[in-house]
Amino acid sequence: MEKLIYLDNAATTALKPSVLKEMLPYLEENYSNPSSIYSFAQKANAAVDEARRAIAEIIGAKENEIYFTSGGSEGDNWALKETAELLKDKGKHIITSKIEHHAVLHTCEYLEHQGYDVTYLDVDENGVVSLEALEKAIRPDTILISIMFANNEIGTIEPVKEIGEIASKHGVLFHTDAVQAFAHIPINVDELHIDMLSASGHKFHGPKGIGFFYMRNSIKLGALIHGGAQERARRAGTHNVPGIVGLAAAAKYAVGTMEENAKKEAELRDYTIERVLKEIPYARLNGDRVNRLPNNINICFRFIEGESMLIMLDQKGICASSGSACTSGSLDPSHVLLAIGLPHEIAHGSLRLTLSEETTKEDMDYVVDNLKVIIERLRSMSPLYEDFVKENPV
Amino acid sequence: MYSEKVMDHFTNPRNVGEIEDASGVGTVGNAKCGDIMRIYLDVDEETKVIKDCKFKTFGCGAAVATSSMATELVMGKTIYEALKVTNKAVMEALDGLPPVKVHCSLLAEEAIHAALWDYAQKHNIEIEGLEPPKADIGDE
Repeated sequence: MEKLIYLDNAATTALKPSVLKEMLPYLEENYSNPSSIYSFAQKANAAVDEARRAIAEIIGAKENEIYFTSGGSEGDNWALKETAELLKDKGKHIITSKIEHHAVLHTCEYLEHQGYDVTYLDVDENGVVSLEALEKAIRPDTILISIMFANNEIGTIEPVKEIGEIASKHGVLFHTDAVQAFAHIPINVDELHIDMLSASGHKFHGPKGIGFFYMRNSIKLGALIHGGAQERARRAGTHNVPGIVGLAAAAKYAVGTMEENAKKEAELRDYTIERVLKEIPYARLNGDRVNRLPNNINICFRFIEGESMLIMLDQKGICASSGSACTSGSLDPSHVLLAIGLPHEIAHGSLRLTLSEETTKEDMDYVVDNLKVIIERLRSMSPLYEDFVKENPV
Repeated sequence: MYSEKVMDHFTNPRNVGEIEDASGVGTVGNAKCGDIMRIYLDVDEETKVIKDCKFKTFGCGAAVATSSMATELVMGKTIYEALKVTNKAVMEALDGLPPVKVHCSLLAEEAIHAALWDYAQKHNIEIEGLEPPKADIGDE
């Protein structure tokens, strides 16, 4: 097989073979609909209950506060749209940040069209939301604060506990998009004052198309998906039993090995960042150096454009991502990189590498060695670099 | 996503570099959108044939490939013939581009035009049909 170094684990992860093994019986012999009455369905029903228990335990919630969804985007839509609907008589103001995932940002834009008012909080140069600005933004008609737990592009972990405390002090509901954080770093919904949380299975070696939504029992959001009595009539649709089983199996595994893996990944992350910044000139790290996901590296290289870099890395068997316009499918580079204050031309040259427990030091050395050659090559072709060298002779 | 020809011109770009004391230089695009192309021309004073043509590009795979192909297409042509090298010709020569990358071929055409314009200005001649570059950020 050709060399493949997969460093896009923030986009999706490989399904763990042990997780697949737990799922298979529910794709094969136990194919029943868990809502059915006959005894054949009991096994599937029990598996769904067990998965719910496992997920609830991980985040310190009650079983009946966990709702299985199709993934993170559904949870984000549910939290925003149904809070907006439920509390429209109290107010129509929502607070979020400029660096949220599009599942939150585009839903907020949709709500703006429906007459809601949304405050998009700025972040500092590391991508951290200002608590002071958050508190100032709260108004009597504020109904929801939705701030991500950790950023998918630059890996910055937000001060979720403090945000939760502020929300709770002002009696405003707090939702967090924890897609990148759940099963990667510890989360306890009570300690952090989280009212709602969205997570997705395929970000921690579980299957795609499954996730969960945590909603505190005191909150009674309406259904986003209508049509059946599943999930206490709050989320219709036949249970994705193999997905649910896989989600819980992957979460249990990830939480069980979290400490050890986080340590290993963070060491490798820091080693790689140090090597890149030392060996490649005109590079800068994006995101918070300390409060950072253990597996996230995001670096900008001046004078080059991200897509070219990705193609060249791909030719060396390396899978990575970038926040350049060409990869975002628009003319603007990543909204996250712009929000942390990077000029467009620098944001175009960003590279994100997201590690997994399988990533080795040899992999990262191979990546850095190749990256050095690629950056040098692209700079030798870059008119921006040519101008820079002329203006700044050695 | 890209044709084999595009990948070939991206991986092994033709005519990358600078020409010292070039007869014409054109730079188009802007860093904000993520594409900048610069084309250098070396034009024979007598015959007006483009003897050499080089490029430097900051941009995506298609931006590099279209610049590379554009330099190949104008090489050996007179400045008047070079004006007829359109973005369509560049695209066809590359076996097509994804729809979102068509603007790269337009930029390549504009870069050639900007370099021709620079040449015409410096040599005080008029090339019929050539208009001043729209997005020249060179100002050199």
